[in-house]
Amino acid sequence: MAEFLFEIGLEEVPARMIAGAEAELLRRVLALLGRERLLPESFDPLAGAKSYSTPRRLAVAVSGVRERQAAVSEEVTGPAVKIAYKDGVATPAAEAFARKAGVAVADLKTVQTPKGEYLAATTVKTGRAAAEVIAAEMPKELAAIYWAKTMYWLSPTGQGTSGGDPVRVGKPERFVRPVLWMACLLGETVVPVAFGGRVAGRATFGHRVLSSGDAFDVVSPESYAAQLQGEFVLPDVEARRHRIRKALDRAMREVPGARWREDHALVDAVTHLTEWPEVLLGGFEADFLQLPEEVLVTVMRDHQKYFAVENASGKLMPHFLTVVNIALNERNAAIIRQGNERVLRARFNDARFFWEFDQRVALADRVKLLDNVTFQKDLGSYAAKSERVRALAAALAGQIGGFVDLGALDEAARLAKTDLTTELVKEFTELQGVIGGLYAAAQGVSAVAAEAIYDQYVPAGMDGGVPRSVEGALLGIADRADTIAGMFGLGMEPTGSKDPFALRRSANGIVKILADTGVGLTLEPVIRLASKSEATGIKMTAFFRERLEFYLREVKGQAYDVVAAVMVTNFGDVRDAIARAEAISGVRGSQDFVAVCTAFKRMNNILTQASERSYRIAAQVQYGELQEGAEVALSQQLELRATEIENLASGLDYAGAVLEIARFGPLLTRFFEDVMVNVEDEDLRAKRLGLIAKILAEFSRIADFSQIVTAG
Amino acid sequence: MSSTVLKKALTFQELLFTLQTFWAARGCVLQQPYDLEVGAGTMSPDTFLRVLGPRPIRIAYAQPSRRPADGRYGENPNRLFRHTQLQVILKPPPERVQDVYLDSLVAIGIALREHDIKFEEDNWEWPVGGAWGVGWQVMLDGQEITQFTYFQQCGGMDLDPISGEITYGLERIAQFLQDADSIYDIVWSRDAVTGAELTYGDVRLHEEEQFSAYSFDYADVASLWKHLELFETECLALLAEGRELFADEASDRLAVKRFPVMGAYELALKCSHSFNLLDARGAISVTERVGVMARIRTLIVGVARLYVEQERLKQLTLPAGPPA
Repeated sequence: MAEFLFEIGLEEVPARMIAGAEAELLRRVLALLGRERLLPESFDPLAGAKSYSTPRRLAVAVSGVRERQAAVSEEVTGPAVKIAYKDGVATPAAEAFARKAGVAVADLKTVQTPKGEYLAATTVKTGRAAAEVIAAEMPKELAAIYWAKTMYWLSPTGQGTSGGDPVRVGKPERFVRPVLWMACLLGETVVPVAFGGRVAGRATFGHRVLSSGDAFDVVSPESYAAQLQGEFVLPDVEARRHRIRKALDRAMREVPGARWREDHALVDAVTHLTEWPEVLLGGFEADFLQLPEEVLVTVMRDHQKYFAVENASGKLMPHFLTVVNIALNERNAAIIRQGNERVLRARFNDARFFWEFDQRVALADRVKLLDNVTFQKDLGSYAAKSERVRALAAALAGQIGGFVDLGALDEAARLAKTDLTTELVKEFTELQGVIGGLYAAAQGVSAVAAEAIYDQYVPAGMDGGVPRSVEGALLGIADRADTIAGMFGLGMEPTGSKDPFALRRSANGIVKILADTGVGLTLEPVIRLASKSEATGIKMTAFFRERLEFYLREVKGQAYDVVAAVMVTNFGDVRDAIARAEAISGVRGSQDFVAVCTAFKRMNNILTQASERSYRIAAQVQYGELQEGAEVALSQQLELRATEIENLASGLDYAGAVLEIARFGPLLTRFFEDVMVNVEDEDLRAKRLGLIAKILAEFSRIADFSQIVTAG
Repeated sequence: MSSTVLKKALTFQELLFTLQTFWAARGCVLQQPYDLEVGAGTMSPDTFLRVLGPRPIRIAYAQPSRRPADGRYGENPNRLFRHTQLQVILKPPPERVQDVYLDSLVAIGIALREHDIKFEEDNWEWPVGGAWGVGWQVMLDGQEITQFTYFQQCGGMDLDPISGEITYGLERIAQFLQDADSIYDIVWSRDAVTGAELTYGDVRLHEEEQFSAYSFDYADVASLWKHLELFETECLALLAEGRELFADEASDRLAVKRFPVMGAYELALKCSHSFNLLDARGAISVTERVGVMARIRTLIVGVARLYVEQERLKQLTLPAGPPA
């Protein structure tokens, strides 16, 4: 058994890709070692394997790797006995087989096969050396790692050597960035993995600037992390993340009452941008705090990767924190702080210039500018879109019960896209909508309208909030539904992995708004009012159905079969579908409910058969007309409890209703044990079929329970 | 920063000298700026055409880059109508090219341990040129100072070998070195005898003022459209003629070699600049924009393909072996 280490050194890997690649490399190395019988039977990946990554390297360490594949014994069949022996003497055929199998002729056995008696031999395949296997297999695993974008750096065909510098030779793989080195050790032995024009050795490199810059040898896999730390590289991601958080906290002690604004995504980003992270506090002129916080935070966070600093009540303070990839001392801290502060000042100055410049033309006066901003070439300008959204938002408002400020909604729809003509949005495209809302508020547009404009793109994904007001929700729905309907009308619906207009995200947004706000709208009127033709409406219905299924599964964590069961009926009411799915998930473990589901499958099958055979099904069934105790009891209970179940369901107490339905489990089980439905007596059969049909009809308003997967 | 550090900082022209000397010492041909309006150093034929085809090259040049829409009449301390890029093309890139680049920062007075340097993902793309590459923006204490790209495609064609491109933003670096809050305060030169300084503003402010005014207020829209059409027509005619000439095996070798693909490229560049001026004048609606960009793309991609074909034909007509 030996410790194994593989490290690949790269020119800086994009931060967003590192975590996925680190996990994939670990997975691939373990799969390779497992497949090649190089791991012990009892291998525990949590204890025995560890992965590392920094911007410049990915690494995997595995302990307890076999130095040689376990031997495998195998029985091979040779020639037929009657050919192998002549008069009890081995023929050349037998000798050849024995030689091939690596055993003596005397050790050959005979086996009985359907074709007669044959020679056989037990061969022991000795395993190959681990180093040999890994050197052969590892390059394939490396080449298979998924990257969002890859590149060539070596000549793709190895050409271009005439005159000038020689082109680097080597098999040109595509990879995320050029490979600088590889280290691969099994115990203390080098495994010469070849990839990306390099061959793995023992050497690695430390921090680009803080280490001496020279390669140094990894003594053994166990010493890898500690040796790197000595060269200013913390290869463990969690350790770096922890160090960054501590350093952010520590830096905040310099400013009384201040805290850094929590930002998991940013902590993640800077963790993957540094090998030796330290934190530096900087400041800016308090005057800039007059600019909208959204703009300041976007500059700091998205453009500069700085953490914003706030006071106890969450108000921004004129400080920022930057995570550097260098060891700080008094001298360089002053230089680096000053550099960062100058950059931030320049950016804030730009933002202030745009903020003031844009105010010279009010949003209301920008409406006409939208004529020149194309939304989509066949769907016209943003002016045309705004008009459609105004009409659609008003129509949607007419569909809901509660109070809607129609004037504010209309104004919001009219002005919603005008911020696309502002310099600030051209500079900070990620703030579209937000900036419109801020300008609207600053220009005396009603607070309701300004807030609706501000919230129009919320939610951007499945996380995060929804519009704060019903007007914002209606605007957000109308805007997205108009886009989806327009694109579907042009035949530009998403297919497979292609969704260039992010229509799925738009539809997800609508589903989430309907689910998380009390706007009281269902999908049906949204689709009907937005779609310009019946054909588009049908396509949109199928599309939204799939989006809601996605939402129920991925966001609400509902199982496939539960989702399938609730989608059978009235899926357009998003909140209702969620409530029904949750009710079913609540009881699905109970034995009674499983019995109901099993019975539903049988009942469906029986009714399908009946209709295939054109059996009559009685429309009305009185329990007095039935014979067996089980069917009479079932019919009685149905009459007794159907109304109660109906009342619970219409009172939206789906949990209660499903519990009631589950109580039918034992009755249904007994029914199928005792009663034969398809009897010769045509009249009795019709009654029994009628009973089944009635049960299905009564209970299927909540879900199609036959869709629920039951064990056995 | 202490004043002693300030005194040591390179002037703008010393910065250029130092970087040029640095790259010349590493095998680069020093070319002069291209004498035509371009929006970026990449558009100079010394990059755009030389990265095509198999022939290795190392070349460096300072390229004034005009972006009419970025003009601010000389009033914005951080934005320019015309800025200066130092463009380095390494085809193919040498071993550990990032380390070579970092050495160039040391050469201009940036002590690496005194700063925070990060290579952050930034992939370059010039759709009109059918060109893209992957790489980084190099961040120095929060300031982007260099764009570093491994070209992958140009003129819509896969590149082989790959070129490494290093583009230094000279104004930003000078601002950084000299700790200047405004570009116009950058010391451009210092008299060796008297110590008298000329600033960036002394040398260039009037250009920024006048060209901002020209781009935003004076440039004649009707004329610009006409220019664009004239350049386009001539370029298209040349492209057609070139294609025909190169396709014909009987074409005269000398005629093939002398065919002005580069002339066609200049016409395409002039179209691009006319477009930029029209854009700055606000004369191009968003709808038209896509169409005009597609027209220019046709020219530039057409030139690139013709260039590759011409180079191939030239190789074919070379004598087979060394002269006797």
